[in-house]
Amino acid sequence: MNEILEKRVLSEGVKDIIVSSPVIARKRKAGQFIILRVHERGERIPLTIVGSDPEAGTLRLIFQEVGKSTMQLGELEVGDSILDIAGPLGKPTHIENFGRVLCVGGGIGVAPVLPIAAAMKEAGNEVISIIGARNKELLILEDDMKAVSDRLIVTTDDGSYGKHGFVTDAISMLVEEGLTFEQSVSIGPVIMMKFTSALAKKNNIPMMVSLNSIMVDGTGMCGGCRVSVDGKSEFVCVDGPEFDGWLVDFDQLMKRQAAYLEQERRSSEEYHRCKLDAQVENLEKQS
Amino acid sequence: MTENTNTPEMPKKEIKKKPKKPKIPRQPMPEQDPQVRAHNFKEVPFGYSIETAMLEASRCIMCKKPKCVDGCPVEINIPGFLKAIRDGEFDDAIKILKSDNALPAICGRVCPQEEQCEIKCVVGIKDEPVAIGRLERFIADWEREHREIAIPEIPEWTGRKVAIVGSGPAGLTVAGELAKLGHKVTIYEALHKPGGVLMYGIPEFRLPKAIVEAEVDYVKKLGVEVVYNAIIGKYLTIDELKDEMGFHAIFIGTGAGLPYFMNIPGEDLVGIYSANEYLTRANLMKAYDFPNYDTPIARSKNVAVIGGGNVAMDAARTALRLGAENVYLAYRRSQQEMPARNEEIHHAEQEGIQFNLLTNPIRFDGDDKGFVKSMTCIKMELGEPDASGRRRPVPMEGSEFELAVDTVVVSIGNGANPVLTEATPGLETNKWGNILADDDTCETSIKGVYAGGDIVIGAATVILAMGAGKRAARAMHEQMMSMELEEVMK
Repeated sequence: MNEILEKRVLSEGVKDIIVSSPVIARKRKAGQFIILRVHERGERIPLTIVGSDPEAGTLRLIFQEVGKSTMQLGELEVGDSILDIAGPLGKPTHIENFGRVLCVGGGIGVAPVLPIAAAMKEAGNEVISIIGARNKELLILEDDMKAVSDRLIVTTDDGSYGKHGFVTDAISMLVEEGLTFEQSVSIGPVIMMKFTSALAKKNNIPMMVSLNSIMVDGTGMCGGCRVSVDGKSEFVCVDGPEFDGWLVDFDQLMKRQAAYLEQERRSSEEYHRCKLDAQVENLEKQS
Repeated sequence: MTENTNTPEMPKKEIKKKPKKPKIPRQPMPEQDPQVRAHNFKEVPFGYSIETAMLEASRCIMCKKPKCVDGCPVEINIPGFLKAIRDGEFDDAIKILKSDNALPAICGRVCPQEEQCEIKCVVGIKDEPVAIGRLERFIADWEREHREIAIPEIPEWTGRKVAIVGSGPAGLTVAGELAKLGHKVTIYEALHKPGGVLMYGIPEFRLPKAIVEAEVDYVKKLGVEVVYNAIIGKYLTIDELKDEMGFHAIFIGTGAGLPYFMNIPGEDLVGIYSANEYLTRANLMKAYDFPNYDTPIARSKNVAVIGGGNVAMDAARTALRLGAENVYLAYRRSQQEMPARNEEIHHAEQEGIQFNLLTNPIRFDGDDKGFVKSMTCIKMELGEPDASGRRRPVPMEGSEFELAVDTVVVSIGNGANPVLTEATPGLETNKWGNILADDDTCETSIKGVYAGGDIVIGAATVILAMGAGKRAARAMHEQMMSMELEEVMK
């Protein structure tokens, strides 16, 4: 169960894996996520399901190695198995033929945007997508996004590829072109979602955002993932993960995301040290 | 009437008095010193020795109509197993006990015996009641430590399949009962470990997880299969279990898994946890052993726990063990109204939890990084009794005060988790989302689907969930056996 069947590196520290998980592959819908655990002492981490093949019984997951748990996940190779996968969790994206839909993904956030763009396209929408990264090397899934979009705009912060600027600049450009959108979705770093949502509101574009807050069980039991939406406390795991971007309190979300920064740093450092020690030991043995 | 002290003594008749047995007092159970245990996660009581257990068991007067059994939600043959302990027949004792209760090491630790079996004990009228709970714990521990766990003979497969949702106390009880009757049982558990609240909620120092795992192992050895990471309502639905996967009966025991918050300003600040989250991190994820385990938890100096139930005591005592210097327990009524067991309150007090009674938080304030730094409370006084019969706490005007805190644990109860019910058309619930089920059979509005435990009655106790499990198992067995085998095999 949960065997890794394929593995690719998309960019520095960003990995793309295909995992066997037949029931979830059959059940999942765009916008839903899983919670996984790499090993017996591991934490439970949520990851959006990027795609699935119900026939083959597989899920596609893309993640960035940002801490110990994602680094350990990244170390698993084809043939290894993920200890636990639970899902599909969260509410699926509301998909219908809205007309013209804007899909915005920033950094690793392009991965969760992909299934939504695909489903929007499938439902008959005209899909215009914007994907952004800090630089060319960090840009992911350009071809995949191109395949599900009628038009794709790429931005890089440093101008090393595509349009020089932020995803918000590209949104403004589209608005200036006179385009209107009946629906939009924006996924990426919280700060990016904050600015895209503000811009969308200013231009009267409805905007959904998918939030990745800290959670434990993913079933509504712990409430650790709560986020303030229109002044009301909502649970990302069961009420979300998608919310109306106009109404989310992003500032508070950023603070809650940082709850364990110190512990996460400590955990990563110790992990690095252990790995270094092991390498040194190996080298000593060899010599 | 005034007391007449001059009444002459009745003439003494020559009554042959039986030589009076020296009265044996209720045997105390040794436990870790409060100052020591407040800094470790090891279990608090050590349990009875063999000698103490036999002595305590001998205090039972073996009533012909034992009232203690009436007080037990799973109707354990209490005098039966006590007699066997008294006589040193420990193998018999455990057999008698386990024929009614598959989880005795757990119940011996977490049941509120003082309001169930022990309150009815006849010895308790003049003296202290027999320590039934401690003896239950003793004999279950004795078996685990000294014997290969005996598995009763399982009859041939009846051809019936049962699905159980949730591996907490209710689900495990149904599973054990039905497996012993020859049904094929599969439990679907949402988390990666079995036991439900026994695993994620009740702390190690009150219920060691190795003991939960051993009792779950026993249920598995009866032939029960457990599927982990299976959130019914998401992963599979009740309809699929029933119609596509061919289960002949289904039991829902998903528990009370939706934490209540107070909805007061500042409650979403960093460092404010639900008790579920705080305890799940500490217990299930073993965050107290971070970074050996990867899940973090706040390690704070000043922790406030809000609530007065067993879960609040568990959270407060966990905070202490995580290194807090001050742990305040804020409860809006007085100690008398606290829903927690006396034993838990006593243990918490002994360990140094500071009780702020008749105190209710009204606001939290944070620092510039969004971390909680203080809790503003208001003092309360008790007014007229409310619907629950308890005197209603009323705020005292102008009594606000501020408490410096860096972690807050909200432990004011749990509602019904809607993940399963929302995905199950036709399953009727009350206005709070609890599943409606028959009191006797536990059957729900869907034929062949049963429910019991906290998802039906709201957050309660382990043993009440197990009692419901027993009733449901009885009804499920009858219903399944009344089906023709051809019908079953379809």
